[in-house]
Amino acid sequence: MPAPAQRRIIFQHIDEPGYTNDLACYVKHGGYEILKKSVARPPAEIMDEVKKSGLRGRGGAGFPCGFKWSLVDRKSGKPIYLVVNADESEPGTFKDRYIIHQDPHQLIEGIMITCFANNVKQAYIYIRGEFPHGARILEQAIAEARAAHFCGPNVLGTAYGCEIYVHRGAGAYICGEETGLIESLEGKRPYPRIKPPYFPAVLGLYQCPTIVNNVETLCHVKYIADVGGDAYAKIGTPNNTGTRLLCVSGHVQKPGYYEYEVGKITLGELLYEVCGGPLPGRKFKAVIPGGSSAKILKFGESFTLKNKDGSMRTLTVEDIPMDFDTLAACGTMGGSGGVIVMDDSTDMVAALANINAFYAHESCGQCTPCREGSLWMKKISTRMVHDTARAEDGALLKSVADQIAGRTICAFGEACSWPTQSFIAKFGDEFKAYPEAKKAVKPAGALDLV
Amino acid sequence: MNLKSATLQKIDEVIPHYPADQKRSATLPLLHLIQEDVGYIPAEAIEWVAAKLGIQPINVYEVVTFYPMFRQKPIGRRHVKVCRTLSCALMGGYKTCAEFEKQFNTHAGPAEVSPDGEVTVEFVECLASCGTAPVVLIDDELHEKVDCAKAKQLSDQIKAEAKKR
Ligand SMILES: Cc1cc2nc3c(=O)[nH]c(=O)nc-3n(C[C@H](O)[C@H](O)[C@H](O)COP(=O)(O)O)c2cc1C
Ligand code: SF4
Ligand code: FES
Repeated sequence: MPAPAQRRIIFQHIDEPGYTNDLACYVKHGGYEILKKSVARPPAEIMDEVKKSGLRGRGGAGFPCGFKWSLVDRKSGKPIYLVVNADESEPGTFKDRYIIHQDPHQLIEGIMITCFANNVKQAYIYIRGEFPHGARILEQAIAEARAAHFCGPNVLGTAYGCEIYVHRGAGAYICGEETGLIESLEGKRPYPRIKPPYFPAVLGLYQCPTIVNNVETLCHVKYIADVGGDAYAKIGTPNNTGTRLLCVSGHVQKPGYYEYEVGKITLGELLYEVCGGPLPGRKFKAVIPGGSSAKILKFGESFTLKNKDGSMRTLTVEDIPMDFDTLAACGTMGGSGGVIVMDDSTDMVAALANINAFYAHESCGQCTPCREGSLWMKKISTRMVHDTARAEDGALLKSVADQIAGRTICAFGEACSWPTQSFIAKFGDEFKAYPEAKKAVKPAGALDLV
Repeated sequence: MNLKSATLQKIDEVIPHYPADQKRSATLPLLHLIQEDVGYIPAEAIEWVAAKLGIQPINVYEVVTFYPMFRQKPIGRRHVKVCRTLSCALMGGYKTCAEFEKQFNTHAGPAEVSPDGEVTVEFVECLASCGTAPVVLIDDELHEKVDCAKAKQLSDQIKAEAKKR
């Protein structure tokens, strides 16, 4: 069966010949019409549409967007802020980049609709420091939109006004975590805040109620404001509505970004049909389905899951639909949509060492288990590759990981333990056999991963 | 502090982006502007930013020392950042980095300036372009699918341009 067709809503104009990132082009394609419609509606109605849509956040956690907005403290009398998470720092994820560079006004329209619905008068876009052009493009787009009264004071001649500013990060992954991001925006080290009490919806930026949403999430909001929550909820699958951007990288013929209805395409269809299958002469070995923190899946393993009616079904890795709930039921997550593929040429110990080096570099250092544990996981796995390996190192790695998850301030603790836990659970034999396997001559062309 | 007038103007524009009692928020933007102007963050800049924003120098210092993009020493005229993370490594990122190191006779981790002071090669974490791995950011420009041959070609361009100066 051929893979289902892409459904490009958010990426409708990405890579379209002749489509440019300026206001004139956006307006020519119907841009800001939805904002015009929206500012004529009661804000509560838009919030309601988003709730009905079932939209789940695309930044990593899949948290329901409408519900997040409903948690905002609207009685405090303090201003409400919107912070747009454009940090795009989860390894394997590269979707927001194209929205920002090629279709910035789509994001700005989504921001303005969100701000209007939530009575936000000040929004900040926190963009990772490594997108210097992206930051300039957004600033230019905001200036254009402001001159045309799509943002700034008196939006479209109404009494409502809202400013948007771009704020650049400076190369730290932890700024993607929403409370770390808020600290960074306040001009500090991005040390994540402890929850409770620092839920952004209540005590966010400057201790004011704050909404943090991902770039892609806000583009979906724009679309929902157009078609309505009920119509949006019909796209995708129940509880996993809409479309989602999937980023495929690693060992496939056609890596890239694709947009599909959530849950309407399986991992197998995505990798074999859409991405053209493995490289010549290779076989798929493993895949990380939702950014480097997501637990790894091993080709050949299968999952027995309960259906709604109580009956059971068995899925192979290839059968897994790319939705939030099934991936979670298979012990991993849809996360940020970053699908990283490894074929049979991959040394799994070295691959884990590569990931561990990332987390050791990026831990903010506040919590002892995370700071020390991430470093030890890096040191042990790197030693296995470059120095002496011992059969019991896998067990040692797992014991370090097990002591981090659940004992930290932020979800980085889980993010850095899940790779080790899942690599050892699924490729434990490879770790055990590593001291012997290492003695063999490396195949020609074998790549260093660490 | 000896900053260009264009930098000073941008600094004055960016501070009001934040509430009047939250000027500290402008720390990162100011440091970016200073680094773009001077090439790094000199010690006196830390004092200067602190005074400008009405905060303590330690507040600025702790930011400069945390974020990987801020540096307290000058680097080469060109800055080559090679992505080290998994998707790039799976497609040969380590080889790409080694090629740049060889071309400029320097080390990427920890980053060193080439002996002629021209180029700094740095191994950095995921640049969010994993689908076109391996990727390299040279100053502000992203280069995609940089295998060894392309790394050599980019290096040659940098060298040719250095000679012309
Ligand atoms: C360690 C860590 C890194 C994260 N990095 C990002 C990121 O780069 N971009 C992003 O949108 N969300 C990231 N998140 C998720 C955010 O904390 C937050 O959930 C998200 O921005 C909320 O937006 P959404 O509800 O629209 O998904 C990260 C979370 C953690 C724990
Ligand atoms: S879990 Fe790690 S990254 Fe998160 S606050 Fe603790 S030390 Fe920092
Ligand atoms: S891993 Fe290199 S760009 Fe993401």
